[in-house]
Amino acid sequence: MNLRQRILGFYHTRKDATAWTLLAPGVLWLVVFFLAPILIMLGYSVMPRGLFTPVKAGFTLEHYQRFFDPLYLQILWRTFAWSLGATVICLLMGYPLAYLIARSWKWRNLLMFLVVLPFWTSFLVRTFAMIFLMRDTGLINATLISLGLITEPIPLLYTPFAVMVGLVYGFLPFMVLPIYASLEKLDLSLLEAAEVLGARPWARFVRVTFPLSLPGVVAGALLVFIPALGSFLTSDLLGGAKQVMIGNLIQNQFSAARNWPFGSAASFIVMALVLVAVVWYLRIRDTAPGGAEAK
Amino acid sequence: MSTKLPRWLIAFSALVYLFLHLPIVVLVIFSFNDSKYAVSWTGFTWAWYQRLLEREDILRGLEASLIVGAASTLVSAVFGTLIALALARHRFRGRTALEAFLYVPLVTPEIVVGISLLILFVLLKVPLGLATITIAHIAFSISFVVVVVLARLQGMDRNLEEAAMTLGADEITTFWKITVPQLWPGIISGALLAFTMSFDDYVITSFVSGTGSSTLPIVVYTMVRRNIEPSINAISTIILVATAVLIYLADRLGREKGA
Repeated sequence: MNLRQRILGFYHTRKDATAWTLLAPGVLWLVVFFLAPILIMLGYSVMPRGLFTPVKAGFTLEHYQRFFDPLYLQILWRTFAWSLGATVICLLMGYPLAYLIARSWKWRNLLMFLVVLPFWTSFLVRTFAMIFLMRDTGLINATLISLGLITEPIPLLYTPFAVMVGLVYGFLPFMVLPIYASLEKLDLSLLEAAEVLGARPWARFVRVTFPLSLPGVVAGALLVFIPALGSFLTSDLLGGAKQVMIGNLIQNQFSAARNWPFGSAASFIVMALVLVAVVWYLRIRDTAPGGAEAK
Repeated sequence: MSTKLPRWLIAFSALVYLFLHLPIVVLVIFSFNDSKYAVSWTGFTWAWYQRLLEREDILRGLEASLIVGAASTLVSAVFGTLIALALARHRFRGRTALEAFLYVPLVTPEIVVGISLLILFVLLKVPLGLATITIAHIAFSISFVVVVVLARLQGMDRNLEEAAMTLGADEITTFWKITVPQLWPGIISGALLAFTMSFDDYVITSFVSGTGSSTLPIVVYTMVRRNIEPSINAISTIILVATAVLIYLADRLGREKGA
């Protein structure tokens, strides 16, 4: 028997072996360079801070307790509130857009492409585009001044407003995609039935279309909320030193502040919030009307 | 039934499109503006693009990004494709748990991935540099490749493979002669997405890059923070065009029928 036959023979007798051979390299990589680091990070978050090393041996919950300090509670609250705010604004802007795309038969592909395009362009570049528009010498202020509407530039950059605009601008496509997907496969005969039975357009929307698109709404909300929670670049570049979100707090603990265990605890809190959101989504998806088949 | 869309909806949607695209269009237009400070249009120039070629840090950043992108794309495309094949073709114990595990990297905030890898590398005393950046990029790309390739595998006709086996080809021959050529557009499409993400990543890279090994996004970030000269507009425009071309290709290949 040559080697090739021997190898094939081995895999014929052990069906699981084929699957695990295919899985091994990638899964091993993810275990070593994704799962293990997060577990080590979790370990660091309950260890005391060392003098010359990041941590020293021992167990403590002090880093988690520190979050009850009003300063950090405020950052947590701000992160949560802004992420939620961005999600709501994305929904208010994204739902009508998704509806329009799903109902415009002729232009559908082009309109969808125009939503997906910014989704794939560099996030850093897009954030810079916001700076370019909003800084004191930026296009918005320059235009308003040259029109004579204002004499001094309005401070736009480094405000909560700038961060909110940045978050919405960055994550809006995530909202449109799943809502569009659920509206697109909506069974139109249901709407015809509603019309025949005398429902006015608004009633048809509220009682038929919207409930059936809920899985898309929930998925979109999650896809905006999760990256907003962990966002770093937006608040870093558009918010400045005063509008800190938890991502900036974490980054700071690993650079200037050099408090790795506290930074690890903050990271773990973000990770936990994300996992809670995902589990909540999966439960809603499986119980919502017509939800099981929607993505 | 009436399918006419209300006017206000069309107007509102137009505004949303404007919000999505106008900032980028403005950015690109002003990369050709003659004036250094003013945001008013003073004339057309290529000067900011020429200026880029004089900047050593940008050229080196581009080189680093291309090396990291190529290496991480190659590895994650192979690993991701193998995982997708196992998921599409085999039943094994722990499958559901594994699938859930594979989706976790897709929802994990970048900052968490970045700092946890930094902790690992420092703990193991691995010097930070292009190698650690590549390792990190492979880790976050694998799951994306799995999703893309799996989607293609699920739509693939298995009759050809069965025919080959019936005609006497063994698994290895069938795999190389039938499966891979059919799957090729999916693999390339996944690889292009992985490359785009690697080429664009700032957050994770910033934690695992150390000093002296800056990829292009790291250089651009520093430029954005420090100065406001229109060279940033020029490099941004180049990055935009490059990613747009890659994504267009990935999309075309993703839809194409297998060879």
